[in-house]
Amino acid sequence: METFTYYPGCTLRTKAKDLDTYARASAEALGIALEEPADWQCCGGAYTTARDEIATKLSAVRTLNSAKEQGRALITVCSACHNVIKQTNYDISRDEDMAMKVNNYLQLPEPYAGETTVYHYLEMLRDVVGFDKLKEKVVAPLKGVKIAAYYGCLLLRPSAALAMDDPENPTIMEDFIRAIGATPVIYAQRNECCGGYITLEDKSQAAKRSGAVMGSAKDQGADMLITACPLCLYNLKKNSGSDLPVYYFTEILAQALGLKEGNDE
Amino acid sequence: MNKNLKEQVLRSSGVNVLKCMRCGKCSGTCPSYDEMEYHPHQFVYMVEKGDIETLMKSESIYKCLTCFACVDRCPRGVQPAKVVEAVRLAAVRQQDGNRLSADQIPSLLDEDLPQQAIVTAMRKYAK
Repeated sequence: METFTYYPGCTLRTKAKDLDTYARASAEALGIALEEPADWQCCGGAYTTARDEIATKLSAVRTLNSAKEQGRALITVCSACHNVIKQTNYDISRDEDMAMKVNNYLQLPEPYAGETTVYHYLEMLRDVVGFDKLKEKVVAPLKGVKIAAYYGCLLLRPSAALAMDDPENPTIMEDFIRAIGATPVIYAQRNECCGGYITLEDKSQAAKRSGAVMGSAKDQGADMLITACPLCLYNLKKNSGSDLPVYYFTEILAQALGLKEGNDE
Repeated sequence: MNKNLKEQVLRSSGVNVLKCMRCGKCSGTCPSYDEMEYHPHQFVYMVEKGDIETLMKSESIYKCLTCFACVDRCPRGVQPAKVVEAVRLAAVRQQDGNRLSADQIPSLLDEDLPQQAIVTAMRKYAK
């Protein structure tokens, strides 16, 4: 069994427990051990791209360094955590000024310079487990279910740092959907933003964006939509005005692996 | 034109605004276009001119969703979202410049709102 450092992040402990619980259960069934680093901190939710920001990047570096010290790759599930940690890792390995200031502050036993490999859980399924292998482990295939994969913005962009997939024509979530026996639905808005944190001060903008995403998926005949992001799930469910069901990708993964009852919403 | 503010935004963003060829693709792909007074391509142009204070006073700096669509789709690699971020930081870092305070958070909550939304908003709207 291969062991990885696993970073759940703040929301997976609270409002997005399903994203976390089924990620852990499915990993175990797939022969992957996930271990949380001690005393992890919230990633901050958004990466601050400004070069003169250091304090806002420290918690992500602490997480990356924990994995480095354990000699393991790091796995994230939440799209926002993944984006923050991946961008931090990208920048600290290229920006000497940032690396110097971060390391002067943290005073680690050995300076951190971007050594840790970071996988999103979906990348772990594709690159470590393999979608062919996953397919073999499926006991309850979601036959005939048409699923719209929602990437949003955080999983794919900025693509130079995230490097998960083709940012304009991604396939990783569609390949995942095929592996669990369902049918992927391709729709125009799959890699456009849901509105994100704007819901806190402008519900109408969040409604416009999330409504466009849900409408686009529904027009292409989707039965449900899947996401890796708690804030996308919130916007798509609460602000879109659409009745298309939205689930975390880990929920349907667990269902296909026989670890969870089917959704009957 | 405020030279010091322009220099701060250029250094903070790390963006070379002179690379922009004014094609407007950033604004064309921006999901917040309709909500903005100044659009991504205008941010780049106005920073080049040093007209930073106008942008700092505009609601537009709070409309960017940081979705990086403009960053990935710019044919010249200008990275307009980083310019917007640098201008917004110049605004919220000022004395009493916070857009959102922790005291306001309880009134904004509902039972499903993920923590992620709160921490992200605090990163975007406050220092």
